[in-house]
Amino acid sequence: MAHDFAAQILEGSNRAAARLISWLEDEDERAYECMKEIYPHTGRAFVVGITGSPGAGKSTLTNALAREIRQSGLKVGILAVDPSSPFTGGALLGDRVRMSDLADDPDIYIRSMATRGFLGGMAKAASDVVKVLDALGKDVIVIETVGVGQDEVDIVGVADTTCVVLVPGLGDAIQSMKAGIMEIADVFVINKADRPGADMLCAEVSARIEMDAHLRERGWVAPVNKSVAVEGVGVHELWLSIEAHRKYLFDSGRFYESRREKIAKEALRMIHGELFRVVREQLEQSGRLDAAVEKLMNKKLDPYTLMRDTLTEWLSSSQCKRRHDEDTKG
Amino acid sequence: MAQKIKMIMAKPGLDGHDRGAKLLARVCAEAGMEVVYTGLRQTPEMIVAAAEQEDADVVGLSSLSGVHNYFFPKVVELMKQKGLEDVLLVGGGIIPEEDYDFLKKSGMNAIFGPGTPTGAIVDFIKENVRKR
Repeated sequence: MAHDFAAQILEGSNRAAARLISWLEDEDERAYECMKEIYPHTGRAFVVGITGSPGAGKSTLTNALAREIRQSGLKVGILAVDPSSPFTGGALLGDRVRMSDLADDPDIYIRSMATRGFLGGMAKAASDVVKVLDALGKDVIVIETVGVGQDEVDIVGVADTTCVVLVPGLGDAIQSMKAGIMEIADVFVINKADRPGADMLCAEVSARIEMDAHLRERGWVAPVNKSVAVEGVGVHELWLSIEAHRKYLFDSGRFYESRREKIAKEALRMIHGELFRVVREQLEQSGRLDAAVEKLMNKKLDPYTLMRDTLTEWLSSSQCKRRHDEDTKG
Repeated sequence: MAQKIKMIMAKPGLDGHDRGAKLLARVCAEAGMEVVYTGLRQTPEMIVAAAEQEDADVVGLSSLSGVHNYFFPKVVELMKQKGLEDVLLVGGGIIPEEDYDFLKKSGMNAIFGPGTPTGAIVDFIKENVRKR
């Protein structure tokens, strides 16, 4: 089954890709056999991140950018993330509303995803979904993050080029000097540039970039683009900026460095996630978590000791040893 | 993590009355589903492409302009062509009761007319949706 699915995806089956993405979102075991098979076929697509505050025009810009990219004959995958409700777990995914004119292009695949409680502006499975779209044959994958504030910058862990979308009227020069989202831009986009304040914002962002240059030497200086996404104004120039950054990444060797860093982080994140899942499952199912919490409440135990004891015990547990023995044998 | 019901909420045709579709999208999200709202003026092809790409478990069609007898069966037919027969198809809006039979025979799983309690729609979806 996993083999069939992987083969179908590599042949370009939207339906197989769609189901695999659902399994990844659900953390369904069936996904992983399939991912193992497609993994050697990934890493080829170029990944563009579009991030910015809610209402900045990310979806509209993503739509216009996808159309622009299609002009050059490249196939496009779009991953649009919207927030899940922390109360009901449900989500209203509205990014497709701005992407209606892409709906009948067979070389564009759009997937909406909910964050399902994952912070950082992304969905947990986003980097896996990128692999699926890559294996499906998309040349460029555009990830549109949740509307973000100042500190949700997980997109840099996945995108090769990150575009930060700003709009006039959201703050003064001090906002543009702060850490966080302003630091992650490879390309700045000032959208809704026909509105009052756009030139001022452009000047402030440019001043920040100039300051950055004084602080530390950089191989790449983020260009500041202006756009009016609903009218398609400035979108061609944005694509040229992204392509220029892509060229810089390859020419400087930064591309492989950056991919290496991403792969290392991702591997650690996956191991971390799975280790935590197993340990939590054991603690919860054995009732030991409840017992420990009771002791913590009564101050009979402190969480620091609990953490050390849990680790020591888990590392010396028979299950862990058996795995170690199997690994060394095989 | 448990499976979540994924739904497409779409308005086929040239019909600008989207309050009902938007309300239903929120009702279903509130009931824990992940609802993709497509917006207005969707062709059956666009709706079915979205259902395929999103791996939707349910497609909800809203029509208030009297075009349901054309658009709903068309969506059913395209879904079949794509091999998406196990997706639940529900419709609602201003639909005369005498059309219910025709629409159900043509492959719609349920039609919800004016006055249907929103809870009944959520219950129907939860009871009849596929497992993936």
